[in-house]
Amino acid sequence: MSFMQKPRVIHSKLPKNELGLTTRDYEGSMSTLCAGCGHDSITAALIQAFWELNIEPYKVAKMSGIGCSSKTPAYFLEEAHGINAVHGRMPSIATGANAADRNLYYLGVSGDGDSLSIGFGQFAHALRRNINMLYIIENNGVYGLTKGQFSASADVGSKAKKGEVNQQPPIDPVIAALTLGGSFVARSFSGDKGQLVPLIKAGIMHNGFALLDVLSPCVTFNDHEDSTKSYAHTRQFYHPAVHADFVPQKKPIRAAYENGEAMPVELHDGSTVVLRKVSKDYNPTNRAHAYSYLHEHQKRGEIVTGLLYIDEDQREMHDISNTVSEALRDLPYAELCPGSAALEEIQNLYR
Amino acid sequence: MKPTDISDPDYFHRVVDCQWACPAHTDVPQYIRLIAQGRFADAYMLNRESNVFPGILGRVCDRPCEPACRRGRVDEKPVAICRLKRVAADLKGDITQRLPPIPGQKNGKRIACIGAGCASLTVANDLLPLGYEVVMFEKQHEPGGLMRTNIPAFRLPAEVLGEEIRLITDMGVDLRLNAPIASMKSLLAQGFDAVFVGSGAPRGKNLEIPGRYDDAAHVHIGIDWLESVAFGHINAIGRQVLIIGAGNTAMDCCRSSLRLGAADVKVMARKPLTLLKASDWEMEEALEESVEIIQCHAPREFVIENGRIRGMNFERLEYHEEDGKLQSRKLGEKFFPADDIILAIGQENAFPWIERDIGLEFDQWDVPLVDKKTMQSTRPGVFFGGDAAFGPENIIWAVEHGHQAAISIHKYCHGEDVGVRPPFAVNLTSTKMGIHEWSYSNSFDTSVRRLVPHVSLKERFKKISIEVELGFTAEQTQVEVERCLNCDIQTVFFAPKCIECDACIDVCPTACLTITHNGEEDDLRARLKAPADNRKQPLFVSESLKQTGRVMVKDEDQCVHCGLCAERCPTAAWDMQKSSVKIPYASDELAGTAQPPQRRRA
Ligand SMILES: Cc1cc2nc3c(=O)[nH]c(=O)nc-3n(C[C@H](O)[C@H](O)[C@H](O)COP(=O)(O)OP(=O)(O)OC[C@H]3O[C@@H](n4cnc5c(N)ncnc54)[C@H](O)[C@@H]3O)c2cc1C
Ligand SMILES: Cc1ncc(C[n+]2csc(CCOP(=O)(O)OP(=O)(O)O)c2C)c(N)n1
Ligand code: SF4
Ligand code: SF4
Ligand code: SF4
Ligand SMILES: [Mg+2]
Repeated sequence: MSFMQKPRVIHSKLPKNELGLTTRDYEGSMSTLCAGCGHDSITAALIQAFWELNIEPYKVAKMSGIGCSSKTPAYFLEEAHGINAVHGRMPSIATGANAADRNLYYLGVSGDGDSLSIGFGQFAHALRRNINMLYIIENNGVYGLTKGQFSASADVGSKAKKGEVNQQPPIDPVIAALTLGGSFVARSFSGDKGQLVPLIKAGIMHNGFALLDVLSPCVTFNDHEDSTKSYAHTRQFYHPAVHADFVPQKKPIRAAYENGEAMPVELHDGSTVVLRKVSKDYNPTNRAHAYSYLHEHQKRGEIVTGLLYIDEDQREMHDISNTVSEALRDLPYAELCPGSAALEEIQNLYR
Repeated sequence: MKPTDISDPDYFHRVVDCQWACPAHTDVPQYIRLIAQGRFADAYMLNRESNVFPGILGRVCDRPCEPACRRGRVDEKPVAICRLKRVAADLKGDITQRLPPIPGQKNGKRIACIGAGCASLTVANDLLPLGYEVVMFEKQHEPGGLMRTNIPAFRLPAEVLGEEIRLITDMGVDLRLNAPIASMKSLLAQGFDAVFVGSGAPRGKNLEIPGRYDDAAHVHIGIDWLESVAFGHINAIGRQVLIIGAGNTAMDCCRSSLRLGAADVKVMARKPLTLLKASDWEMEEALEESVEIIQCHAPREFVIENGRIRGMNFERLEYHEEDGKLQSRKLGEKFFPADDIILAIGQENAFPWIERDIGLEFDQWDVPLVDKKTMQSTRPGVFFGGDAAFGPENIIWAVEHGHQAAISIHKYCHGEDVGVRPPFAVNLTSTKMGIHEWSYSNSFDTSVRRLVPHVSLKERFKKISIEVELGFTAEQTQVEVERCLNCDIQTVFFAPKCIECDACIDVCPTACLTITHNGEEDDLRARLKAPADNRKQPLFVSESLKQTGRVMVKDEDQCVHCGLCAERCPTAAWDMQKSSVKIPYASDELAGTAQPPQRRRA
């Protein structure tokens, strides 16, 4: 942890986005995480993605639980809204917030412990409700904050820093999301911003729950030899299957994408994700295919990354519940709370 | 690109922009840190080592360091390097005990220096501690050269000048005043082991246009006039004064005129304001004193009535660019009244006293042929320096010439090849004190540049010797020192340790760092995190990194040396290391029978 704040000075020619802001305007306070933590890299990727999307920070709601990963919303988008929830309970709080104001961009930041151990039930329900949010799991295979115990994503045979070997089979959030009906399922690596930033952008613009599992090495407790979540191991077994380019609404899609290897998927706001298949036989719109591909490669110890599954037509929570388009805050009081006569009427429907 | 060779002493030296830009390579960041710690005498001695006259230069240096200062690229204004130097000089106390000892036993070599300006004085300063005898011939009755005769006392007080000259003359210079050298031939016949010519560029340019000599008493050559003012031979001037020319001499002439009774002073420039030669700060100070600077006027004739000057006619000009060259067009004429006119249109060297048949060659413009590195003329054993060498420059260049000439003389006197120059070197030491602690003040201070307070406009004209600048207060000093970015605390990278976690890249406030695949320089510059279009600043490129084979690239341009990259690196692949540039001096040379080096470092 550095004692000083990141100086306010910037490079004199740092580019500005359409809002006239530089990436520095999307930062938060100085990180208190260990130097070299993958989570800090994801923070930098988030800053880059929101900057590139020209999103005003105050239109974002940052939701998190407990863990080193869940601390990171303090380190970006200082002017955004945010709730730091109880351990594993962020999904339900995010659901509530999203129900009350659907017009913010929701970003959940969680850890493998927070989502796959204590919060697994909550995670599963937010997913199946298809809450419109980007949900990032900063996955390091351990409980970083509590000094490196194995989490539910630790691989069988992976060694802890002190030497004990994990015996329990892991929960793979990507497989879980595929089986639970997820509409956007992706995996990436904190050390590959070229892949990560466009995935974050696509996830934010996706209409529904976008799960992004990001391998994010814990330098302090899980970056040693014989760890399967270290920088070196991840790089060695890294297997990008689909590369996603995010193309904002205004930009025409380059012709090069039309030649079969690339597959454009239009998002609800008119922007497009162009999927470039690194593996020719991969089909990111077929859930069963994605599932078996993952299985097969996982058997070989490979870490399959990219936008692995997308279904832009699946309805999100508000569509299913037929709710109003405004934030509840913006409804006239009489409409939001129509009084006891109206309540009586509703109750009569159930008598 | 090939991996950067950081063992090349120039690589890190270049990163210290100010030191690299200073002709004498003054160790600026280190002296600023010493001032910050209140170690004024140490700061002074460190300065003196390279620039010899910190008190003088802290007031009147041309300061090529400041436009080069990195702070000026990330912030609006550079660090007030020069004015901080003055703080060290003003507060140093008595440092005479810290000067190098002068050996009682001489080395038997006698050197002649012609002129007692800053160039010759530097030669003496470097050679006397080595046991040389230095005989200095000066045509004036006081030493100091143009610093004494031309730089006005309101910019450079006589006491400051006197003190720093005395530090050298007291080392045992055999100073012969009122002793102009009239013949080089006869000087050479006196058997000196080497001769140094530091006679300056003593001739002010004339303006041969109609009416020039019709009232010669009221038409003055700038540098001669300033000399007469300095020696008290002139102490008054007319009410209306025109200064012809707009360089630094013009600025001294106009401000001196105001102090001798002029009420209306105009500086007449041929070129537009943006192209004038005078330093910004000299112009600012003239403007502050209500001098008018009139641009785009070329002198045509002196207007004389009844044998008395009335003023001058000028051509009004307009400039435009043609084929990349500035062209002028006449718009008409204009008359400006004047009681006195001062010509400040430049200086040139003049060597009527050097015979042309002694093996000392001159070029077509009558300038001696002098080697830029060794300062030796075409006659072995005769060296030049300062304005005498390549025409008018400034004090700090004259000092640097003096250092180089001293090295050459030392070598020459001991039969060594003067062409083989002693090498520069760089020493690196880690500044790490703890995990997130460094032995320098690494956080970026956002303060803006402090302004030196001036004597009020009411007070300052009362006497020509009133120094206008008051120097920084203690509070201002305290703020200004923190503006220095410590560019000598280098980011040193050790590629095998890097695990490519991106922490350094993400934390760098000024986006200096990128990990990417290697390429040619143009290609690489286009792929960095922030635009790297300042070609004057080098890229650092590492060896290939272990995990992906990519390279770490650093654009040195806007690094604020905050140390965060090193703080955030989990493997200490980055370290903040202080570089000290070892600058060679005559005293480092173990030439011949010279005494072992006695130089003391601050
Ligand atoms: C008006 C004016 C203002 C300036 N202001 C600045 C400034 O603010 N900052 C700055 O850095 N520079 C300034 N300069 C430039 C600076 O003064 C010179 O570049 C510098 O003094 C050169 O030093 P020097 O030792 O080569 O020669 P000089 O200082 O010219 O000294 C040469 C000496 O040699 C003597 N001499 C000449 N011929 C003979 C001979 N035949 N025999 C014996 N003695 C001889 C002269 O009398 C003189 O004392 C200014 C110059 C002028 C004209
Ligand atoms: C209800 C509850 N149980 C346990 C804890 C202790 N605890 C804090 S963080 C954490 C695990 C965090 O792991 P993960 O989500 O993977 O985050 P990381 O630190 O690895 O980024 C645990 C168990 C807690 N804070 N609250
Ligand atoms: S303990 Fe691990 S996860 Fe937590 S900050 Fe340190 S490196 Fe990151
Ligand atoms: S010291 Fe390091 S972090 Fe700081 S500006 Fe320079 S490169 Fe960036
Ligand atoms: S912080 Fe250190 S290990 Fe990480 S990328 Fe930078 S130099 Fe490499
Ligand atoms: Mg974890």
